[in-house]
Amino acid sequence: MNGTGPLDLVLWGILPYTVLVTAVGGLVWRYRYDRFGWTTRSSELYESRLLRIGSPLFHAGLLFVVLGHVVGLLVPEGWTRALGVSDALYHVTALGLGLVAGVCTLGGIALLIWRRRTTGPVFSATTRNDKLMYLVLVLAILTGLGMTAYFAGVELAGGHTQDYRRTVSPWFRSIWILQPDVAAMAAAEAPYKLHALTGLALFALLPFTRLVHAFSAPVGYLFRPYVVYRTRDRHTAGAGRSERSTRRGW
Amino acid sequence: MARRKDTNRGQGTAADGARGERAVGRVMAQVAMVMNLDKCIGCHTCSVTCKQAWTNRSGVEYAWFNNVETRPGQGYPRTYQDQDRWRGGWVRKAGGRLVPRAGGRIKRLATIFANPVMPSIQDYYEPWTYDYDTLLNAPLGDDFPVASPRSALTGEPMQVTWSANWDDDLGGGPELARHDPIVRKLGDRVKFSFEETFMFYLPRICEHCLNPTCVASCPSGALYKRVEDGIVLVDQDRCRGWRMCVTGCPYKKIYFNHKTGKAEKCTFCYPRVEVGMPTICSETCVGRLRYLGVVLYDAERVGDAAAVEDEKELYRAQLDVFLDPADPAVRAAARRDGIPDRWVESAARSPVYALAKRFRVALPLHPEYRTMPMVWYVPPLSPVVDSLTSTGHDGEDSDNLFGAIDTLRIPVEYLAELFTAGDTAPVDLVLRRLAAMRSYMRRINLGQERDEDIAGAVGMTGAEIEDMYRLLALAKYDDRYVVPTAYGVDEADRGVIEEVGCGLDFEGGPGMGGMGGVPFGEASGRPDAASVETFHALRDRQTGGAAQGEGRVPAEGRVNLLNWDGNGRPDGLFPPRQGGDGNGTDGGGGGGASAPREGGQS
Repeated sequence: MNGTGPLDLVLWGILPYTVLVTAVGGLVWRYRYDRFGWTTRSSELYESRLLRIGSPLFHAGLLFVVLGHVVGLLVPEGWTRALGVSDALYHVTALGLGLVAGVCTLGGIALLIWRRRTTGPVFSATTRNDKLMYLVLVLAILTGLGMTAYFAGVELAGGHTQDYRRTVSPWFRSIWILQPDVAAMAAAEAPYKLHALTGLALFALLPFTRLVHAFSAPVGYLFRPYVVYRTRDRHTAGAGRSERSTRRGW
Repeated sequence: MARRKDTNRGQGTAADGARGERAVGRVMAQVAMVMNLDKCIGCHTCSVTCKQAWTNRSGVEYAWFNNVETRPGQGYPRTYQDQDRWRGGWVRKAGGRLVPRAGGRIKRLATIFANPVMPSIQDYYEPWTYDYDTLLNAPLGDDFPVASPRSALTGEPMQVTWSANWDDDLGGGPELARHDPIVRKLGDRVKFSFEETFMFYLPRICEHCLNPTCVASCPSGALYKRVEDGIVLVDQDRCRGWRMCVTGCPYKKIYFNHKTGKAEKCTFCYPRVEVGMPTICSETCVGRLRYLGVVLYDAERVGDAAAVEDEKELYRAQLDVFLDPADPAVRAAARRDGIPDRWVESAARSPVYALAKRFRVALPLHPEYRTMPMVWYVPPLSPVVDSLTSTGHDGEDSDNLFGAIDTLRIPVEYLAELFTAGDTAPVDLVLRRLAAMRSYMRRINLGQERDEDIAGAVGMTGAEIEDMYRLLALAKYDDRYVVPTAYGVDEADRGVIEEVGCGLDFEGGPGMGGMGGVPFGEASGRPDAASVETFHALRDRQTGGAAQGEGRVPAEGRVNLLNWDGNGRPDGLFPPRQGGDGNGTDGGGGGGASAPREGGQS
């Protein structure tokens, strides 16, 4: 492994798995232990004028950002070439769409944070946990968008930039087959590394913040009858406590 | 528990066929309520006791599962009945299909990031407290210290400009009452000058609808209607705070807890109802105007009934969904569908069924929302009687009253907008029946002979009128609240009875001196729920002879004083006796009762 020091090994060979275990373990733990705390913690009741613009903007932008990451990280270069997509076309599309989605996301979250700071009740309802989450989330968005903008500028100026599909993407895919390609990531430029690290931090935070609500996207709603009937619960409450028993509702 | 499918539907058809009726579909039971508005004095006792029982917590300061509003008035939250604005309830599409007014599944999910029509806290009211500390700590001065209002949301000083019953008793007059959506609909015909106006009180709880839009709007499937008793509840562990239910409910009886981020609603006091006790609002009602009882209904007919084309037919359609518990075919079908006989017996004695279907004097609230509400109202005759008496007429005379009901159109039209989608005929009939009852019973009180003509004029018999009178005027506790205990839990159904005790007393919980070990603040983790099991265990202990601590594991030497009944000498409650037996526990029973006193004297 050329040019990979112990720091690279820790960052790109060990850290991803630590984050993975934290994220998955955290999710399982929170689902078993704290289903009651698993919510969007919406503040729409306090203020809806700004939320109605900011929240859809942020969420829709974020969905496209996530989609872009999935395509960029999971689909190897060879596949898109086989589909007849030239590298130039791919990059223009990726940078263009990424820029739009990123700007929407950033604009949305900027509006939401401004609203959160200036609307009294919303600010009072903000926890330290929320603040940490916002910090990491905004860092991740900023590094990602900054990088996209910078590369788009370089490409426009006729320059050439490093292709993340030869560095970050192979490393990301290699994580899942348990043979982390540390060298690939170590060869990536510094902005990529910074963005990857903030991304990892965000994943590690996911289960422990309000971001968990992303994992309860209510897709099942589309396929169930409108009115839900349930029988009265007949379990004994909290027996054993290895798993927190389901709560009776009101 | 999976229910048997309707394999033996044919059993009932022989009897049904003879009468040319539909076979009885799946029978379900609903614990329902009727409120007699003539008796409501607007004292808000129901609201206060409900609040103390259920919403005296941060996050739901603004929520009143039970509220009493003055009509005409804006209601709570303000103008909630204006469905053009708030988009609650169902709409019937051209093909007869029902869709939530705020949009179907796809639209709900598309607007999930910001619900476009959710009332803000200002539409309810900004909750506040007072700066009581000033009263105690203000420096000596010439002015008397004042506890000024502070917002419960931000802690900042605030001006109180609205609350749940700000326009109580027509307070604020025409300026406020004119915004009542029904008044706006009826236009200038509703007068607010002192001589011409009328008013009455409308206590409201969740309607526990047969076709609830809140349940239909919940993307998470956290809201559900209980199969056994029809109570609509929110599963707090499944609610994700999408807030669609708040919009879906046309009565705006789902509240978003802004601390926990979850929806909450009236529970019909299920822990009480399950053990056969009335809801707390009924129990404490000063006017004794609430009635509780089981109504059996045909679940297979609900969809069709809610989707009848003419809004004015919805009231009758809902009445047709109710099943007569005295009908042998219904009884057979109920047994087939797993409803215990004691529930069917209870339904036969149900005052709700009697007032709604037998006497036809109870009406649903806003049937045009197509949710099939199950808290019904006996509309008030008082506005009519009052007007009559104030003009020097005999307000108890049936001819006078019948004439007055005809001439005092405005209250009747207003009531019709509330209870029958604007159709005055059913309201008219109810008011006539109530008027006939007054006249008929007055003759009896005055020692005159019974006048069947009065009863006949409203399509009743004298005996029926006397039955109705007994239910409306005399009914005792057990006649007003006919609530069977939940099935599947009591001794007859061999349920597991386990004591839960104080909800905060779990290991490491606040009741045990800890913070509950909940890492995400007060909103996370879970308290134990109150339940039937708790109730039975507490009752067993209160009526049993054993002292606390016997037969149960005391929790780390702590004694819950609230649960201690004075029996025995629990560990940790008293200092050890001089030369005592060490463990500090006396014998149970009678000996235990006197022991603390002896200990205290030594």
